[in-house]
Amino acid sequence: MTYSYFPGCTLKTKGKDLDIWGRASMEALGVTLEELPQWQCCGAVYPQAKDEIATKLSSVRALVSARDQGRDLVTLCSACHHVIKRVNCDMAQDEYIRTRANNYLQLETPYAGETKVLHYLEVLRDEIGFDKLKEQVKRPLAGRKIGAYYGCLLLRPSKELKFDDPENPTIMEDFIRALGAEPVVYAMRNECCGGYTTLENKPYAAKQAGKVLDNAANCGAAEIITACPLCMYNLKENGGGRLPVKYFTELLAEALGVKEAEA
Amino acid sequence: MQKIGVFVCWCGSNIAATVDVQAVSDALAKEPGVVFSTNYQYMCSQAGQDMIQDTIKEYGLTGVVVCSCSPRMHEATFRKTCEKAGLNPYMVEIANIREQCSWIHKDKETGTEKAIILGRAAIAKVHLNAPLTAGQSPVTKRALVIGGGIAGIQTALDIAEAGFPVDIVETKPTIGGKMTQIDKTFPTLDCAACILTPKMVDAAQNENINILSYSEVESVKGFVGNFTVTIRRKARYVDETKCTGCGLCTEKCPQKKVPNEFNLGLDNRRAIYIPFAQAVPKVATIDPNYCTMLKTGKCGVCSKVCTAGAIDYKQQDELIEREYGAIVAATGFNPISMDKFDEFAYSQSPDVVTSLEFERLMNAAGPTGGTLLRPSDGTHPHTLVFVQCVGSRCDGGEKGKPYCSKICCMYTAKHAMLTREKYPDTDVYVFYIDVRTPGKNFDEFYRRAVEEYGVHYIKGMVGKVVPENGKLKVQASDLLGGQQLHIDADMVVLAAAIEPDKSARPLATMLTASMDTNDFFTEAHPKLRPVESPTAGVFLSGACQGPKDIPDTVAQAGAAAAKVIGLLSKDQLTCNPCVANSNELMCNGCSACEKVCPYGAITYIDKDFRGPNRTTLRRRVAQVNPAVCQGCGACTVACPSGAMDLKGFSNAQIMAEVDAICK
Amino acid sequence: MSDMTEIVKRISGVNPRKCMKCGKCSAACPAYDEMDYHPHQFVDMVENGRLEELMDSKGIYMCLSCFACLERCPRSVEPAKLIEAVRLAVVRQQDKNHLKPEQIPGLLDAELPQQAITSAFRKYRK
Repeated sequence: MTYSYFPGCTLKTKGKDLDIWGRASMEALGVTLEELPQWQCCGAVYPQAKDEIATKLSSVRALVSARDQGRDLVTLCSACHHVIKRVNCDMAQDEYIRTRANNYLQLETPYAGETKVLHYLEVLRDEIGFDKLKEQVKRPLAGRKIGAYYGCLLLRPSKELKFDDPENPTIMEDFIRALGAEPVVYAMRNECCGGYTTLENKPYAAKQAGKVLDNAANCGAAEIITACPLCMYNLKENGGGRLPVKYFTELLAEALGVKEAEA
Repeated sequence: MQKIGVFVCWCGSNIAATVDVQAVSDALAKEPGVVFSTNYQYMCSQAGQDMIQDTIKEYGLTGVVVCSCSPRMHEATFRKTCEKAGLNPYMVEIANIREQCSWIHKDKETGTEKAIILGRAAIAKVHLNAPLTAGQSPVTKRALVIGGGIAGIQTALDIAEAGFPVDIVETKPTIGGKMTQIDKTFPTLDCAACILTPKMVDAAQNENINILSYSEVESVKGFVGNFTVTIRRKARYVDETKCTGCGLCTEKCPQKKVPNEFNLGLDNRRAIYIPFAQAVPKVATIDPNYCTMLKTGKCGVCSKVCTAGAIDYKQQDELIEREYGAIVAATGFNPISMDKFDEFAYSQSPDVVTSLEFERLMNAAGPTGGTLLRPSDGTHPHTLVFVQCVGSRCDGGEKGKPYCSKICCMYTAKHAMLTREKYPDTDVYVFYIDVRTPGKNFDEFYRRAVEEYGVHYIKGMVGKVVPENGKLKVQASDLLGGQQLHIDADMVVLAAAIEPDKSARPLATMLTASMDTNDFFTEAHPKLRPVESPTAGVFLSGACQGPKDIPDTVAQAGAAAAKVIGLLSKDQLTCNPCVANSNELMCNGCSACEKVCPYGAITYIDKDFRGPNRTTLRRRVAQVNPAVCQGCGACTVACPSGAMDLKGFSNAQIMAEVDAICK
Repeated sequence: MSDMTEIVKRISGVNPRKCMKCGKCSAACPAYDEMDYHPHQFVDMVENGRLEELMDSKGIYMCLSCFACLERCPRSVEPAKLIEAVRLAVVRQQDKNHLKPEQIPGLLDAELPQQAITSAFRKYRK
């Protein structure tokens, strides 16, 4: 199986661990992630205003590129997924945006949301299947109590993201279970960590991160996983070191035996 | 040629303001066959009706056209008027020049022109009208009530009181419905069981009432006065006639881990069970999903301990068929699932409960014996947060319901008040969007909760509940106080929206009764016929028609009974003569009509027809049962050969109207 | 300013009249205490033409765009879109960018992901 893959800017620099172990794991699972040629940054936030067209074009280019290769587009970073998936919804559903974006790009074949956008976790759940993943696990993470941190971008708005139940998601818990570890459900797992305000209002970002980590720890989690480099930064740097935070792909790579266990 | 009289009504200024009624009556006077034409201020008044009757006699009219309001309003009036003057009532046609003309036009010239055209169409139709005679059909003097909650019980009791036999079909092992689970009732705080169980016993003892518990309606055939209903009596593996309700089996059954639905899963029951002490009928039922004997063939403890020999592991579902004259839907409601509202952490903490679960936790017969204890650890809660409108008043997406569930404001006030009364050491918060308490002594009740019992009513909503370290961290808005509140609560109680029982939709299909988009049964008229379905002979009782509290439900249940009694007290029903009729000479026996008929009124017979040279031809032709046909006309459209026609609305009559309009 | 109100409504796609004043948005908002006006007030104030006060408020830069208000609103009003539209109404004016490139070096640290800077530029300037 081969998918087009959009890594995004952060995964090439500060978020390398998310990317490297993500690719290595998929390789081990027999899936090829082929990086889109000449991809551009998605913009990191989805422009909500109806008259924001130009800021959506880099996402449209990525979507068109995947379409032209006849492949589904896989994302890994929460922010990239959020932006690209929502832009794709606009291209499929909003005639105003579709017309204008196509006018800008002057494509041979106009784009209307044909590409299927999948988050890495959705590939695991819906394409590979957690049952199959469980069979591939070489080093089960038995005895580890892990809290999944979803944050906001993967889940909301659920009408567009269609990722999981926005108030009671289970995909990352099922993932943790497939790796042989014990998922710890805690209510703050779908609340915002405050990461976006880290530049202007660090005390607030820290307070919000602290709430997330306290809740996870108080519910019995010994470590946290995330799919978002900004959450990773905020929980780690502003969260006071209450719990270790890892990318979910690191955990996956450990369980599949492609990465040395860190303890 | 018909001799037609035309009567144009002014309807005060309703018609006359935008239609020149004199011009209309003058123009229509010139139509072929019209021998008399006039206009009058109120044609439906006694004077107007007298004028019509006098004219029929004086001019020997064979047909009448009244240009007035909608036929839904006064067609019956004018038909009766003409019948009294010796004219067949089906020789009367109404031209609707009010709703379809004067009310929607501003320009008098246009309005007048259209009124003349509508009058002309009616005249064209009358030329082709033929006198019709209504038939009669007998009435089976027995009623069926579907659903044995307080609505169904009250309807059945009232029908039985009038002397008619009535069957209650209830899907659960006992009648009583939701009210059996409720602790106290607002606004008087009398105990629900104390006022309900005597009624349940009355129903059981009334010789006109037959309770079919643990049973479901399987199919419905027939029509008003003559329904044939098949009822599935589910196997309860206990002989109802032998079981004494001693309850020994329910104590000895070794399968103890069955979630007890009566207590909403807050505790367990056995595989053989009697739902609660006052159940009617007080008969045990074996749950086949949990019974070891039924699943593996090994056990048989209940059979051994039963001195009455009532246990019968071989019992099968039984189908019975019965005749009824009237059917009452009383299928009730359920709270919606909290699955999509997990910001309240319902799935994450047992201390987040729905209001119905809270009723059980406050009830002396409930899992905690009436002491309010937290489900998680059995401790006494000190801070309670009630959230109203959970899933009500949503904008109609996938989540929630667009309507107000109506009962939540009052029962939440009740819960808050009872909590404070029983446990003065508690802090009780109620988050509301609006407090809606119209009803006798209702607002006074709510004010008492605030003023006497010190319940904190906060205008705002709860946005998130985080269970942590044995507490429920509630984050909420306080809109009047201009702050976001953070409350460490011990319990959170969700006033879940209510929805019609899931059995209502398939039942509506069986009854050909209409429903709204929320699966509530639709009434025949929202104001004037609130307890009748538009389908003749089908009546509505309780929350299956819309959210209702107990007083409203009982009132409506009585009203539905009154309508049923009115129907059953008739020996014969007059049928609508405007029914379909098949021209056998044109029918090719294709079955197209039979397939579209929603009432099952069409059958096929093989019939001999005379052929050329003294031969006979046997052909398959459609036959309409006029007592079953409702005159919907679907068959006339489906018929490819033009054999099927509707009396009073024949294809020729409709075409004549169209021609008159297009002329 | 009334033209501006219409623009804010149009580019946000929000119809404030759908609001039933339940306060769910402000109950869900994790940044409530950081904002001088709260999500439900954005809806009410746009509806009542009080856009200028909103545009002057600092809270528009404190919204996390976490979409909790939007997700949990029982009437699909989507306050998050309105807050972003108000912010755009401010930063699209000349010299009203909230973030200047020269500020960036002072805000960086070794671990800060690119995403944080990109998104800040997207949200705070035009």
